[in-house]
Amino acid sequence: MADGRSQIRRRVGLKLWLSGGWIAFLVMAALCAPWLAPHDPLAQDLFLGRLPPAWVQGAEPGFYLGTDSLGRDVLSRILYGARLALIVALVAGSLTCLIGATLGLMAGFLRGWVDVVISRAIDIWMAFPPVLFSILLIAVMGPGLTSIILAIVVIDWTRFARVVRAEAMAQGAMDYVASAQVAGRRRISTMFTEILPNVLPTIVVLLTLEMGIAVIVEAILSFVNLSISTDDPTWGGMIAEGRTSIHQAWWVLVFPLVTLFLTVLSFSQLGEGLKDRFDPVLR
Amino acid sequence: MSFLAIKGLSARLRDTSFPILRDVFLSVEAGEVHGLVGESGAGKSMIGKALLGILPTSIEITHGTIELDGVDLLRLPPAERRRRIGATAALIPQDPLTALNPSRRIGPQITDRLVDILGWARSTAEARARELLDEVHIPDPVRVMRSYPHELSGGMRQRILIASAFAAEPKLIVADEPTTALDVTVQKQILKLIAEMQARHGTALLFVTHDLGVVSKVCQSLSVLYGGMVVERTTVRDFFREPAHSYSRALLAATPKYTDPLASLTPVPETVIAAVQAEVAAHDRSQRNG
Ligand SMILES: Nc1ncnc2c1ncn2[C@@H]1O[C@H](COP(=O)(O)OP(=O)(O)OP(=O)(O)O)[C@@H](O)[C@H]1O
Ligand SMILES: [Mg+2]
Repeated sequence: MADGRSQIRRRVGLKLWLSGGWIAFLVMAALCAPWLAPHDPLAQDLFLGRLPPAWVQGAEPGFYLGTDSLGRDVLSRILYGARLALIVALVAGSLTCLIGATLGLMAGFLRGWVDVVISRAIDIWMAFPPVLFSILLIAVMGPGLTSIILAIVVIDWTRFARVVRAEAMAQGAMDYVASAQVAGRRRISTMFTEILPNVLPTIVVLLTLEMGIAVIVEAILSFVNLSISTDDPTWGGMIAEGRTSIHQAWWVLVFPLVTLFLTVLSFSQLGEGLKDRFDPVLR
Repeated sequence: MSFLAIKGLSARLRDTSFPILRDVFLSVEAGEVHGLVGESGAGKSMIGKALLGILPTSIEITHGTIELDGVDLLRLPPAERRRRIGATAALIPQDPLTALNPSRRIGPQITDRLVDILGWARSTAEARARELLDEVHIPDPVRVMRSYPHELSGGMRQRILIASAFAAEPKLIVADEPTTALDVTVQKQILKLIAEMQARHGTALLFVTHDLGVVSKVCQSLSVLYGGMVVERTTVRDFFREPAHSYSRALLAATPKYTDPLASLTPVPETVIAAVQAEVAAHDRSQRNG
C-alpha cells in the first residue's frame, strides 16, 4: 500500500520535472534571447544560406542548428520565437481560463437563471465553426498579437465553462456544501472557499492544455501568415518557410517543428503532473 | 411554546408541482430529542433541509411557517435568515465521507462558523475546536485539526462533524441518519456519543432515522411520516405501548426486536399501505377543493 503510493508519486515527479524543465528552459530562452542567441535572428547573409546543423558535413562553426535559405541562424530564430509563443500561451491561456472558469463556476453552482443564461450562451457559441470564426475575427481586426489572443479567448472559453460547470454542479451536491450553508456562509463565499479549491485541479489541467493549444493556434496563424508582422521570428512562420525547402534543407523545418511539439506536449504533461500534486488524496 | 414549531408546511417540485411535503405539523421542545421516522422517500430529509434553509432549488415551499425560537424563518429576509439559522441550528449529516470538504484542513472547517457568524477571534475559535474534539474523544486534536479529511477514518470524521455541529452551542441540531453510512460497531459508539453530547449541552435534537430501535433508545417523542404527511405524533412511551395509527402499528411490527432478532417479521401489509395512501390522496383532494 505504502509502496504503491510512493511508486505513483515517483512517476508523477519525473513527468513534472521533464515538462516543467522544458517550459522553464523556454521561459529562460525567451527572457534571455538577446544574450543566448549566437546571432541576430533577422540578419541575412546569402553567402551563409542553407548551412546544415553543426554535426552534419559542410557546417560552419557557430551555426549550431544551421541556417535558412536567407542565411538566418535557425537556433537564434527559435529562441526569439519562444517569446511570441510564450506570451500568447500565457496571456491567452490565463484570460480564457479566467473568463471560462468563472462563468462555468457560476453556472454550475448558482444554477437558476444564471445557469440558464450561461448555458444558452455556451450552446450558441459552440454552433460557430471555430477556425472560420477566428479567421473572420482577424480579418476584421487585422493581424496582430491582440487579435490572436482575442481569437483564442473568444473561441475557447466554452471549453473551460462546460467542464468547470459540470464539476461545480457535482461538488455543489455534496454534504459539505450544505454544512457550509447551514453555518451561515453566503453563496458567493461558498463558491470561492468550498467549491473552487475542489475544482482547481481540473482548472489547472485545462489551463495548461489551453496554453499548449494557444501555442499551436499561434503557430497555425503564423503559418497562414495571419499572425504578427512576418519580420519577427515565429515558430509557425519558420515552419512555413522551411516547408518550401524541405528537400534542400530539412533542418529549417524540423527544428522549429520539434520545438513546437515538445512545448505543446510539455504543457499538457505539466497539467497532468500538477493535477496529481494538487489532488489532496495523492499528495 | 415549542422551540421549533413547523405549522402547515407544504412544499412541491417547482416544475411539476408534485407535492413533497403535505401540510406538515411538527414541534420540538427545547432540549428534547424528537425522532422523525418513515420509509425512504417519505420526506424526512426535506423537513430537515427546509428548516435549515438548504432545500434544493428544484423544490419550493408553498405554505406554512417554520418558527425557530418564536421567529418565522420563512418571513425573514435571506441574509437575516441565514444568520439566524447559523447561530441557532446545526446539522449532523448522513455521510461523513462527503460532509467534509476534501481540499480543506479540518481546523478551519470547524472554526469557520465561530469566526463568520459569532465573530470570534480565530485563536479563540481554535481553542474551542480543540476542546470540542477532546470532548468527542479524538486523540491528538492539534494534529487532527491540521489533517485533511482523507487522512481520517469514517468514524473519526463523524466525530468531527458532531463536534463541529455543537461548536456554536446551537439550540437545535438536525441529525439526518447520522449512523447509516458507518459500520455496525462504530454506529453504536457514535449514537452513544450523540446522546451524551445532547444531554451535556441540553440541545434539542431532530433525529431522522429508519430505525425504530434507535428511536426507542435516544428519543423522547417522535413523528411518523408517510408521503410527506405526518400520520402520527406521539411520545416514545405511548408509541411503543400502543401506536395510534395503523401505519405506525405496521411499521413497529416490521422492526426487528433486539431481544429476538430472528423472530418472524411482518412487512407492512398492502392494506395498510393502501389505507395510508388513500389518506394522502384525500388530503390532496381537500387541498384542491379548499
Ligand atoms: N434534489 C431533489 N430534487 C427533487 N426531488 C427530490 C430531491 N431530493 C429528494 N427529492 C424527492 O423528495 C421526496 C422526499 O425525499 P427525502 O430525501 O426527504 O426522503 P427521506 O425520507 O429522507 O428518504 P431517505 O430515508 O431515503 O433519506 C422523495 O420523493 C424524493 O424523490
Ligand atoms: Mg433522507
